Amino acid sequence: MEHMRRRSQYIFTLLANAYWLFLWKSPIYQGPLKKICFPGLNCHSCPAATMSCPLGALQNLLAALRPGIHTGQLHIGAYVLGSLGLTGSVAGRMPCGWICPFGLLQEWLFRLPVPKIPFWRPLRRGPSLFLIVFVVLLPLLVTDLSGYGSVWFCKYVCPAGTLEAGIPLLSLDQGLRSAAGRLFAYKLVILILLLTWCVFTSRAFCRAVCPLGAVYGLFNRVSWLQFRFHPDRCVQCKACLTVCPTGVSFYNGLDDINSDSCIRCLRCLSICPANAVSMEFSPIRKDIRKAVVTTGS
Amino acid sequence: MKRYLPLLTTFAFIALLVLGIWSGEVHAVWHKAVTVCLSCMGIG
Repeated sequence: MEHMRRRSQYIFTLLANAYWLFLWKSPIYQGPLKKICFPGLNCHSCPAATMSCPLGALQNLLAALRPGIHTGQLHIGAYVLGSLGLTGSVAGRMPCGWICPFGLLQEWLFRLPVPKIPFWRPLRRGPSLFLIVFVVLLPLLVTDLSGYGSVWFCKYVCPAGTLEAGIPLLSLDQGLRSAAGRLFAYKLVILILLLTWCVFTSRAFCRAVCPLGAVYGLFNRVSWLQFRFHPDRCVQCKACLTVCPTGVSFYNGLDDINSDSCIRCLRCLSICPANAVSMEFSPIRKDIRKAVVTTGS
Repeated sequence: MKRYLPLLTTFAFIALLVLGIWSGEVHAVWHKAVTVCLSCMGIG
């Protein structure tokens, strides 16, 4: 199962960044695929990006909402929220574990052989705060004289933008390099700090910052994909907690097995020696199934 | 009713998606995504 997940992460990372003509033609892809919101965190200003970033798109629409009232172009973000909600309502936070290129990067970094630091649980509220404040409220409420807001999360926080768009485009363009100032230096520091944290703590960005994960996390308890924990079968070996990249501790009742932190990597399902974890996929909720879904490694 | 919550949620977001397409948000999303975002890069 883990091999399949890794393969999926590589395939989607390549699909989301498949425009390599930027080296010879326009600096970024401008074709029709950019109408589609990619379900993971992947900056649409990355020279190779083929699809749009849902967080960037949502902030842009909200930032232009107030002037849109006067011009009659009222875009409330329904397309972006619909795309995210459709994915989330079926699979919950599964895109974080199976699709997201930034998630893959974090997993690479965490493999580096250095001492590991446990995640401080109160920081789990971080993604929801970044979503509400930086993605929704600030772009909507803080506007310039013409009424337009700004993309606060992209501008002041998002490490994917710095890594995938800032560094490559500045490397390729002398004009952009000369325009880079304090803001770029600040974003570079944020990027380095977050990536360093990810070396020591598993999926630190997903767990403490990512607003996209916060959106998908809202659907974990109502999605078609649901996990079931069977306490009567559990032998308290903690194998599920040991392999969980986001530290969901359901074996002892500390977290719900469908917690909003779960990225649906399915590692707990594969590792459990007592088949105490099962999975169901259905648009209509059933009672806890007796049949246990077993998976290979 | 609770049994049908996953299905109803999916339908609600399909409706939202269709509303977004109908109101022309796809073009707005595309327009922003094909322009180099200086804010995302840390320049503007």
